[in-house]
Amino acid sequence: MALILNEEQQMLKTSAKEFLTQKAPVSALRFLRDTKDSVGYDPSLWSEMVEMGWAALTIPEEFGGMGFGYVGLGQILEESGRTLTASPLVSNLLLGASTIQMGGSAAQKQALLPAIAEGQLTLTLAFEEHSAHRPFAVSSTVEEKDGQLMLNGSKRFVLDGHVAQKLVVSAMYQGEIALFLVDAEADGVKIDRRLMMDSRNAANIQFHGVVVKAADQVGNRSTLEQVLDVARIGLAAEMLGSMQEAFERTIAYLKERVQFKVPIGSFQALQHRAAMMFSEIEVCKSMVLKALQAVDAQDTKVPVLASMVKAKVGEVIQVVTNESIQMFGGIGMTDDEEIGFFMKRARVAQQTFGDYNYHLDRFASLNGF
Amino acid sequence: MNDTLTDKLTAFRQETANWLEANCPASMREPVKNGFDDLYGGGRNGVFKSEDQRIWFERMRDRGWTAPTWPKAYGGGGLSNAEAKVLKEEMAKLGCRAPLWSFGLMMLGPAILHFGTEEQKQKYIREICRGEIWWCQGYSEPGAGSDLAGLQTSAVDQGDHFVVNGQKVWTSYADKADMIFCLVRTNPDVPKQRGISFLLIDMKTEGVSVRPIKLISGKSPFCETFFDNVKVPKENIVGQINDGWTIAKNLLTHERSTVGNLFGSIMPLHEYAVDAVGLENGKLADPTLRPEVARVMINSYALKFAIEQTIDMTKAGHQPGAKSSFFKYYGTELNKDRHELMLSLKGYEGLEWGESYNEGKLARDMCRTKGNSIEGGTTEVQLNIIAKHVLGLPKSK
Ligand SMILES: Cc1cc2nc3c(=O)[nH]c(=O)nc-3n(C[C@H](O)[C@H](O)[C@H](O)COP(=O)(O)OP(=O)(O)OC[C@H]3O[C@@H](n4cnc5c(N)ncnc54)[C@H](O)[C@@H]3O)c2cc1C
Ligand SMILES: Cc1cc2nc3c(=O)[nH]c(=O)nc-3n(C[C@H](O)[C@H](O)[C@H](O)COP(=O)(O)OP(=O)(O)OC[C@H]3O[C@@H](n4cnc5c(N)ncnc54)[C@H](O)[C@@H]3O)c2cc1C
Repeated sequence: MALILNEEQQMLKTSAKEFLTQKAPVSALRFLRDTKDSVGYDPSLWSEMVEMGWAALTIPEEFGGMGFGYVGLGQILEESGRTLTASPLVSNLLLGASTIQMGGSAAQKQALLPAIAEGQLTLTLAFEEHSAHRPFAVSSTVEEKDGQLMLNGSKRFVLDGHVAQKLVVSAMYQGEIALFLVDAEADGVKIDRRLMMDSRNAANIQFHGVVVKAADQVGNRSTLEQVLDVARIGLAAEMLGSMQEAFERTIAYLKERVQFKVPIGSFQALQHRAAMMFSEIEVCKSMVLKALQAVDAQDTKVPVLASMVKAKVGEVIQVVTNESIQMFGGIGMTDDEEIGFFMKRARVAQQTFGDYNYHLDRFASLNGF
Repeated sequence: MNDTLTDKLTAFRQETANWLEANCPASMREPVKNGFDDLYGGGRNGVFKSEDQRIWFERMRDRGWTAPTWPKAYGGGGLSNAEAKVLKEEMAKLGCRAPLWSFGLMMLGPAILHFGTEEQKQKYIREICRGEIWWCQGYSEPGAGSDLAGLQTSAVDQGDHFVVNGQKVWTSYADKADMIFCLVRTNPDVPKQRGISFLLIDMKTEGVSVRPIKLISGKSPFCETFFDNVKVPKENIVGQINDGWTIAKNLLTHERSTVGNLFGSIMPLHEYAVDAVGLENGKLADPTLRPEVARVMINSYALKFAIEQTIDMTKAGHQPGAKSSFFKYYGTELNKDRHELMLSLKGYEGLEWGESYNEGKLARDMCRTKGNSIEGGTTEVQLNIIAKHVLGLPKSK
C-alpha cells in the first residue's frame, strides 16, 4: 500500500484541523483546568464530534459505524494532539470500542457498538495495576462466590475513569487474564479521580465484590494485547500532532524573537538543533502512517510496528518538548505561554501504554533477541 | 496504468528473468564481500577480477544495461523507468551484482546528459556505458571543502585551449583514473559562484600528477592531484563558461541522494548481535547492548519508511521536497552509529586490525564510516541547508 493518505483521509484531516483549532484550541484545555471542570472535557464538544461521525469512524458498518478505519481516526488524533484537545477519543474509541470490536461476542457488538457510534455510551479500559505499564501482571480476580461471579481488585491510571459509563476490567478468571464489562455505577465500584500534570482525566478504581456475569466477558489476554497495540499506534498519532505543533511554534518564535539585534533563529547553535528535530519528526510521520495502515490491513507486523512507533515517537517528543521550552527562554517557563502544556501532555502520553524503554524491550523480544 | 502497458511489462519481466537466469554466471550472484572493491570499475586499464566478472560485464554492456535508462543512441539501455525497475527487481531476485560501478555512471553521466553538447554525449556517455574510461571527481581543494565555491585552481583561456594550474585534494581513485571532471576558476573578478567552470581533463596530460593519501582505515583510495601548466582543449568544457556552479550543484544533489540511499538499507542487526554475543534465556546475553540494538534497528526502519514514503509521494505526483532533504544527514549518521554498535558487540575480536583490510574488516569499516558524514557535503552543511531552505530560518551572521 502506498505510504500516503488517500483523498478521503486527507479531507477528514483537514476538516478535523479546522474544527479543533476553532472549537478546542489549547486555551480550551486551560479553561477546563482553571475552572476545575468536574467532567474534564467538554461534553457538548464531544457531542459535536459524534455528530461529525468521529465516534463511528472505526466501527464496522454492520454495527452502525462507518468502517472508515484507523488511518482516519489517526488523522483526527493527530490534529487533536496539535490542539491538546481533551476528549474521550483515546479512552472511548482507541480502548473501549476497539475492545468490543476485537473481543466482543456478536451480541455484545450489537448491543454496544451502535451506542458508542451514536454517542450514547462511553467506555474505558481499566487494566493497569502497577506504578508503570505492566498490563499482564494482573492480581485482580473474578471468582465464584455463593453462586455468583465477583470482581475484586484495584486499577490505576484509568483514562477518563471517573466519567466513563462502563469499564472494561482485566482480571484473573479461571487461571487466565480475562476482560469483563462492568457498569461504572455498580455496587462495589469506588472511583477516585486523580489530577494529572497534563490536566487530562485519570482515575484509580477499586472493585469490592462487584457482581459480574460470565456473559459479560469481552475477550482475554490476546484481546488486551491487540487492543493495546492499536491504542499505542493511535496515541503515537496524537503525539505526532503535538510534537509538530510544539516544533512549529518554536520555529516561529525563533524567527520573531530578537536578541543581540538579530532574530535568535539566526544562531547556528539553535539552527542545527532545529534541523535535527525536523528530521526526526519527518521519520515519525512516515512511521505513524505505516503503523496505522498496518492496523487497517490486520497485518501480522502490528505488534512490532506498535512498539517501534511508540518508542520512536516517545523518544522524539521528549527532545522536541524540552527543546521548545529551552528555545523560548524565560517565557517558556511561564504558565501564560502555551508551550509548556505540550511538554506536560507529552510526559503523560509517553508513559501511557508503555514508555520508550518498555517498547525497546518489547521490540527486542518480538524480534527474538 | 492501462492493460496493454501492464501486459508489456509482464512480458518484459519474464524475458528479463529468463535472460538473467541464462546469462548471469553463478559467482556473480554471490553477495559482495568487500563492497565496491568486488565490482568492476572499468577504465583504460580495467582489470577483471575473474573470467565470470568479464563475461557478466560484457553481456550486460552489450544490452546497454550498465546504464539501463540512458538513451540507446549513446550506448544505454533505453528502458523506461518502469522497465528499469523491473530489471532491478529481477536482478535483486537472483542476487546479481552490478556489472559496473563507476563515478561516470553515478555522477558525470547524468551531468553530461543534462548539460553536455551532442558531441560530448556521443563520446563520453558511450564510453561510460561501455566502462572504457575511469572518471574521478576533482572538486575539493585544500582551501575549499565545505566552502567549495571558494576554489582556486585556475583555468586561463588561451584561445583554443585552457591552461590549468592548482591543486585538488581528496580525489578518490585519482591514481587509477583516466579522466577527471573538475571545477576550475575561469573568472577571479566576480562573486565566487559566478566564475567557476566545469572542465574535463585527461589524467595523462603533461603536468598532471597525483600523490596517494592514506586514510585512517589503512586504505589509500584518495589522492592529492596537482596541475602544473596543464593544457586542456576548449571543447572539454561542459555547459557554459563560468556556469560550472549550476552543474556542480545539480551533481551534488545526485551524489547526496545516492549516498543516503546506499546506507539506508536494513541489515539484520539483531542477527549480527545474537551471532556476536549469544542469547541467554531468549534475550541478548549483553543486557546493556540489547536496547541499543533495538534503538538502531528502529532508526533504520524509520529511515526506510521515510524513503518509501518519498518514493510513493513522487509516484502519486506530489513533490516530496523537504522530505528527502535530511536523508544524507540521517543515513550517514545512522551508518556511523550502527558501526560503533557492531564494534561494541564484537568486543576484542572487532578491534583486530590485521595485516590486510579483510583481516581487520570491522575496525577498518568503522573507521571508513567516519567519512560518510564528511564526503559529499558534511553533516553540518546538510543541517545548514535544512535550517535555511526548509525551515526558513534567517541566515546566520
Ligand atoms: C526560573 C527563572 C528565574 C529567573 N530569575 C531572574 C531574576 O531573579 N532576575 C532577573 O533579572 N532575571 C531572572 N530570570 C531571567 C533569565 O536570566 C533569562 O530568562 C535568561 O537570561 C534568558 O533570557 P530570555 O528569557 O530573554 O531568553 P532569550 O535570550 O530570548 O533566549 C531564547 C533562546 O535563544 C537562545 N539564545 C539567545 N541568544 C543566543 C546566542 N547568541 N546564541 C545561541 N543561542 C542564543 C537562548 O539560549 C534561548 O534558548 C529568570 C529566569 C527564569 C527562567
Ligand atoms: C571518504 C571521502 C571521499 C571524498 N571524495 C572526494 C572526491 O572524490 N572528490 C572531491 O573533490 N572531494 C572528495 N572528498 C572531499 C569532501 O567533499 C570534503 O572533505 C568535504 O566537502 C568537506 O570539506 P573539508 O574536508 O575541507 O572540511 P571543512 O570544510 O574544512 O570542514 C571542517 C569542519 O567544519 C565544519 N564546517 C564547515 N563549514 C561549516 C559551516 N558553514 N557551518 C558549520 N560547520 C561548518 C564541517 O562540517 C566540518 O565538520 C571526499 C571526502 C571524504 C571524507
